[in-house]
Amino acid sequence: MRWHPVLAIVLRQFYLMRGSPARLFPLVMWVAVDILLWGFITKYLASIAAPGFNFVSTLLGAVLLWDFFGRVMLGVTTTFFEDVWSRNFLNIFATPLSIAEYVTGLVLTSVITSSLALVMMFVLASAAFGLSFFAYGVMLAPFLLVLFLTGIALGIFGAAIVLRLGPAAEWLIWPIPALVSPFVGVFYPLATLPGWMQTIAYALAPSYVFEGVRAIVAGATFPAIHLLWAASLSALYIVLAVAFFVRVYRRAVRTGLLARYSAETVS
Amino acid sequence: MPNVLSVFALRKRFGEKAAVDGISFEVGHNEIVGLLGPNGAGKTTTINMILGVLEPTAGAIRIEGRDVATQRAQALACTNFTAVYAPLPGNLTVYQNLRVFALIYDVKNSAARIQELLEQFDLVEFRNVKCGLLSSGEQTRAALAKAMLNRPHLLLLDEPTASLDPSKARDIRAQIRELARRDGIGVLWTSHNMVEVQEVCDWVLFLSRGAILLEGDPKTLPREHGKSSLEDLFVSVAREPLTLEAG
Repeated sequence: MRWHPVLAIVLRQFYLMRGSPARLFPLVMWVAVDILLWGFITKYLASIAAPGFNFVSTLLGAVLLWDFFGRVMLGVTTTFFEDVWSRNFLNIFATPLSIAEYVTGLVLTSVITSSLALVMMFVLASAAFGLSFFAYGVMLAPFLLVLFLTGIALGIFGAAIVLRLGPAAEWLIWPIPALVSPFVGVFYPLATLPGWMQTIAYALAPSYVFEGVRAIVAGATFPAIHLLWAASLSALYIVLAVAFFVRVYRRAVRTGLLARYSAETVS
Repeated sequence: MPNVLSVFALRKRFGEKAAVDGISFEVGHNEIVGLLGPNGAGKTTTINMILGVLEPTAGAIRIEGRDVATQRAQALACTNFTAVYAPLPGNLTVYQNLRVFALIYDVKNSAARIQELLEQFDLVEFRNVKCGLLSSGEQTRAALAKAMLNRPHLLLLDEPTASLDPSKARDIRAQIRELARRDGIGVLWTSHNMVEVQEVCDWVLFLSRGAILLEGDPKTLPREHGKSSLEDLFVSVAREPLTLEAG
């Protein structure tokens, strides 16, 4: 893999963000809104509930971890959408740029933007509501890794869907994190869910992260095998998502969809 | 040295319809070949296949001996293009677009190369202007600057002067011709402006219904087919291809 073409994808996104505060704003705004909303909800719940339960680490922490997941996913899809919005496919793909280099560029861009968002979360949540992610101890790193890998996989999958179905399909992609959240138990233990939802939940890597968060805050142990299983699942998602993207891209080249993409033709 | 572009029995079918039907041609170094034909003749489909964004149903494309299907990156590293339907992203400045594409093409000493192209295509004053704010002629020049970034050996120009006023069009034609001669670039040029084609092209291919109907020197071809001008010949190809085939 050549790194200059990968950096080109990152540099393009940097130029766009630097030149347009509207692109930078959501990185901070949604995080800040969630921190305010869930920060006050946790404060209120703490005031009416029996003492001893840490709502800040359980609820606010989980919400912010979920925000991080969403930010990772959107980091990939938004970078891809920039090529859709500017009708840039022909310019981009009629070059020596390989699919591996392009997808790596999308991922690297997401690493940078989601890291920025994560730092913002750390600073705002600890300053405003005293949340410390370090309450999760050394488990924070694998939790973030699992969410990051799953977010990347879902982002690549979302980009493939839009490549296959056309520009209008982006509206199917934005709500994906919201659609997934009831299944992964961001706010409640998986045992709360009916059986069929639990079956789906156990196939989703983030479910193990939020179960782990609750276990650690409650002072219980969280089996390492669950974490290993979650990491394996998220790695599998990435392999499947990349394979799906490559398959969709090849089909788009074969059918002519890529060359006439901006016409919104679905063949 | 192999030809800069060799196309063998190239075919593209969309369902039952043959958009390109077994065409073969070559473009040499230091040669400008015109790809002509009415709308829907298969010109853009051919260009898209050469650029690797459309997979042929059959046939082969080699750029300096490298097969586009199996050695795509190497083949496209020495190729570039402009097309009216592929403008540079309007939300980046001219400089930013050139910088991004310089990285994609792995251009050495890109800052100097970009400055050279800004001067060459009269874009210095638009360096920090977003491409979307440029006039169509300025956008065409910016796209041409992008097309020259990697010092291509093969240049595909799909109606490169369509948005330019006659004066700028003449300048650009002269510039491209000069670059082709100086750097030994092979150029595949599509245009509906037959005066332009006659001025710049060394050889022309007339496409009709996906097949090459006629080919030859644009200065002598009309006479060989009993027409007074290349434009008359073009009209005949567009309206009565069967008559010409029979002739």
